[in-house]
Amino acid sequence: MAGHSSYVPGSGLTRWLDQRLPIIRLVNDSFVSFPTPRNLNFWYTFGGVLTFMLAIQIVTGIVLAMHYVPNADMAFSSVEQRIMREVNYGWLIRYLHSNGASMFFLAVYIHMFRGLYYGSYKSPREILWILGVFIYLLMVMTAFFGYVLPWGQMSFWGATVITSLFSALDQLVPHLGTSITTWLWGGFAVDDATLNRFFSLHYLMPFVIAGVLGLHIWALHVPGNNNPLGIDVKGPQDMVPFHPYYTVKDGFFLVLFIIVFLSFVFYAPNFFGNPDNYIQANPMVTPTDIVPEWYLLPFYAMLRSVPQKLLGVLVMGGALVSLLFLPWLDTSKVRSCRFRPLMKQLFWIFAADCVLLGYCGSQTADAVWTVAGIALPLVWIARLGTLFYFAFFWVLMPWIGKIEVTRPLPESIAQSVLGERS
Amino acid sequence: MRKFLPLLAVFAILSASAGMAQSTSEPLPPKEMKWSFDGIFGTYDRGALQRGFQVYKEVCSACHSLNMVAFHDLAGAGGPGFTELQTKAIAAGYKIPAEPNDRGEITDDKGNRLTRPGVLADHFPQPFPNEQAARANNGGALPPDLSLIIKARNGGPDYVYSIITGFGQTPPHGFAVMTGKYYNPYFAGRNISMPPPLTKGSVTFSDGTPATVSNEAKAVVTFLAWASEPQLEARHRIGFEVLAFLVLLAGLLFLAYRKVWHDKH
Repeated sequence: MAGHSSYVPGSGLTRWLDQRLPIIRLVNDSFVSFPTPRNLNFWYTFGGVLTFMLAIQIVTGIVLAMHYVPNADMAFSSVEQRIMREVNYGWLIRYLHSNGASMFFLAVYIHMFRGLYYGSYKSPREILWILGVFIYLLMVMTAFFGYVLPWGQMSFWGATVITSLFSALDQLVPHLGTSITTWLWGGFAVDDATLNRFFSLHYLMPFVIAGVLGLHIWALHVPGNNNPLGIDVKGPQDMVPFHPYYTVKDGFFLVLFIIVFLSFVFYAPNFFGNPDNYIQANPMVTPTDIVPEWYLLPFYAMLRSVPQKLLGVLVMGGALVSLLFLPWLDTSKVRSCRFRPLMKQLFWIFAADCVLLGYCGSQTADAVWTVAGIALPLVWIARLGTLFYFAFFWVLMPWIGKIEVTRPLPESIAQSVLGERS
Repeated sequence: MRKFLPLLAVFAILSASAGMAQSTSEPLPPKEMKWSFDGIFGTYDRGALQRGFQVYKEVCSACHSLNMVAFHDLAGAGGPGFTELQTKAIAAGYKIPAEPNDRGEITDDKGNRLTRPGVLADHFPQPFPNEQAARANNGGALPPDLSLIIKARNGGPDYVYSIITGFGQTPPHGFAVMTGKYYNPYFAGRNISMPPPLTKGSVTFSDGTPATVSNEAKAVVTFLAWASEPQLEARHRIGFEVLAFLVLLAGLLFLAYRKVWHDKH
C-alpha cells in the first residue's frame, strides 16, 4: 500500500537511478510486492484483462491506421480491399481489432457487475469507481467513433442516428440542437468531414483512456483491493504479495480469456458484426433496421422506449450518469452481496433486466411478443425494463440498504480462507 | 442455481415468442446447406471454386461486378488453385479499359472505348461503366457487386444459394408479382428484379460434373464465399495452431498456479 516500500536497489546503477527517478521502485511497489487480499476470485481478474485488451486495441489500431484511408470515397475499400486482402495478415489485425472491441466490452461489463456484486464502489473506493465509469464512457465514445470508420451502411446510419440525437435540443432552444449537429458533422450531413474528425478522435481517445486508467490504478492502490468478503484487511496474514501469487493466477485466467477471444477471431470473426456493414455507405439507401453494436443495445432500448425524443435522450444519458452516484445511493454498511440476501436477489434481477433491455434493443421498434395468445409490444417491455433500471439505482438500493438484515461477517479474510489453520 | 432463475425465465419467454406467423411477403428462412468451408477445419473445395469461377465468368459477370478481386488472386494460396500460366491466360481473355494512349486518347475514331488485354495485376472489369448504365440495362435495378456478397447478407452462403435456386415456384394465392419482377420466396418482399440466372446446362463443366442448377449454384456460392473471405484457409489453419499453443500454455499456467498457491488457500 501507499506509504511504505519494500524495494531495495540491488546494484550501484539501480541505486543511482532510484535516487533520481524511482521508477523501478514504483513498478516494484505497484505490481510486485503490492500486498493483495489473498481471497480474490476469478471475477477479480478482469482488471488485468481490460488492461491487456486496451494494449491489444492500441497496437492493432496503430497498424490499421497505417493502411486505412479516412476519406468517404476510399475508406470502405481501404478496409475491405487493402487491409483485408492486400496487407500481409491485415485480415488478422482487423479481426483482432473488431472482435477486440466486443471482448473489451464483455470484460468491462463483467468488471462492472463484479464491482456491483461485491460493493467495490463503497467507501473508501468511491473515486476508484467514478474513474471507472469515466473510462467506460470514454470506451463507448471510442467504440462509436471506431465503428463509423469502415464506412459501411451501419457505420454511416449509426453515425447519423446517434449524432442526430443532439437535434432534440431544438425543443429547448430553437436551432440549438441543429447547430450542434451541424458543428459535429462539419457540414449538413454525415460526410467526409465527419469521417475525418471521427478518425482523429478515435485515434486520440485510447490514449485518454490510458491516462484515466493510470488514475484508476492509482486510486486502487491507495485503499488496496476490495475482496469477495467485502471486509477490510486486518493485517499481513490477510494478504499475499501481488507477484507471484496474482501474476500467475491472473496470467492463467488471462490465457483462458484470450482463448475465447481468439476463438471468435479465427472461427467466427463476424459473429458480433452486422452483414449490412459489408455494404458500402450509401446516403440514399436506409437499411431496414439500424442496430447499434451489441454492447450499446440496452441503452438503445431505453432511448426508443420513450416516445418523446429529448426525454429519450435524457433517459439514456441518465442511465449512464446514474452509475456515477452509485457509491451514495447504496446505503448499506455491508459491501459484499454474499452477506446481503435481498441485494443479492436484486442484483440478479438487475443483471437479467440489462439482458432483457439488450434483447429489446436488438429487435425492430414494432416487434411484438405473443405469450399465451396475448400480444405484448416489445416497446412496453422495454419501458418496464427502463423503469426497473432507474428504480434499482434510485429507489431500491437506498431503501434495501436500510431495511435489509445482513448476515454476520467473518472476523477476517485469513480466518475465512484458512478456517482453523489461521 | 436459484440465482439464475430470473435469467432462465427471460430465456423461456424469448424462446416461446420465437414462432411467429409469417405473412406472404415475409421471406422464407434460407435453405440449410453443408459447405466445404464450414467448421474449424473447413477449406474451399478446389473443384467447386474452379467450376464456380466458370459460372461467375459465363453467367453472373454479365450483370454483376467483382471489383475487389484481382486476377492474380485466382492463383493465390487458398484460392481456386489455377496455375500462373492459366491465370495469365484468363486475364488476357478480358478486355480492360485502356490507359490513355500516346496521343492522350481513351476512345478510337468512332468513339469506342479503347481496351487492352488484362494482366495479373488487373481486377475483374465491371460489366457496366457506371451505376446509371447498370440500372438502365436492368429495369432500374442495380445488380450488387459480388466481392463481399456472402458476408453482406444474413444467412451468408445459404442465403445466396437459396436466392439463385429459389426461382420457378408458384406464388401463393393472391400474391401479386410486380411487372418486370420475378417471384422468389427467399428474397425480402419476394419480388426480385434478377431473372432466374441459372438453368440446367447454363455452363458445361470440363471436369464432367453434371450442370444441374443445384451443382452450378453450389459451385458459384463456393467461389463467391472465397471472393468474400479469401484468407479463410489460412485463418482456420493458423487459428488451430494458435489455440493449440494457448491450451498448452493454459495447462502449464494452471500447474504453476497450483504450485505457487498450494499453501495459501
